[in-house]
Amino acid sequence: MSDPDRTPATHDMGGVPRFRCTPVERDEEPPDAFGKRVDALRQLLAQKKLMTVDELRRGIESIPEEEYLALTYYERWLRSITTLMLEKGVVQAEELR
Amino acid sequence: MSPPARRESLAQLEALIAALKAKGIVSEEELAARQASTDRASPETGARMVARAWLDPEYRALLLRDGAQAAERMGVSMAGAPPLGVLEDTAARHHLVVCTLCSCYPRAVLGYPPHWYKSFAYRSRAVRDPRGVLAEWGTVLPEGMEIRVVDSTADYRWMVLPMRPAGTEGWSEDQLAAIVTRDALVGVALPQQPAAAAA
Repeated sequence: MSDPDRTPATHDMGGVPRFRCTPVERDEEPPDAFGKRVDALRQLLAQKKLMTVDELRRGIESIPEEEYLALTYYERWLRSITTLMLEKGVVQAEELR
Repeated sequence: MSPPARRESLAQLEALIAALKAKGIVSEEELAARQASTDRASPETGARMVARAWLDPEYRALLLRDGAQAAERMGVSMAGAPPLGVLEDTAARHHLVVCTLCSCYPRAVLGYPPHWYKSFAYRSRAVRDPRGVLAEWGTVLPEGMEIRVVDSTADYRWMVLPMRPAGTEGWSEDQLAAIVTRDALVGVALPQQPAAAAA
């Protein structure tokens, strides 16, 4: 895998060796309040035609690897949604401080 | 357990929602309504679809032909959802569903995807070492049985139609649905044998 063109993107995890020996952690808890709220917000913004699933994925997949691996699942969603709303000018950076 | 969101993420979410509310784009009532309807989706729907397919050949054919229409038949709205494909297990072939790229999951009929389905370990290992993953669930398939691993995508979602266990002859749809777990619909487990279910 020394050819950079052949190294899969961070999110492209099928078969990657990094987790080959990592057991699947059988966490059965439902999403916490933060996760459910991010999820509901994503659905609402999609319903209002302000973003699509493909845009959400593009935002998630462009998070740098170190952060991608460190953020929780719904934190990655929030990062993507926030980036999209800023890119589209729906909200301004100063409103989020 | 999956770690809780960082304090700054909680603050970031509330800041974003406040800005969207100030512009009249979202309201607290709409957020609550979306969350309530998402909370209502559950694997009981998928389990009932499987149980009906075990009992009714006409429904089974519909399920395999057009999963979304079969879900609508159960009163679930699939409007706006991607197509739902249903993978038929046989004595020779078992199916396992994963989303290697993220977390695509037939939420309308199974509810929120569990944390493990979204985990890096499951996403990477399901395609490399499916038997090893199944073994972690205590699922051991008969020797020689093929495993087909299917990648759910943003545009097409999958669930499994497992084989009906022996010893369930004469069972009602309710009884059958009760042994079809979420894990069986993803393919990491098999419907429990009646002896185990009765114990």
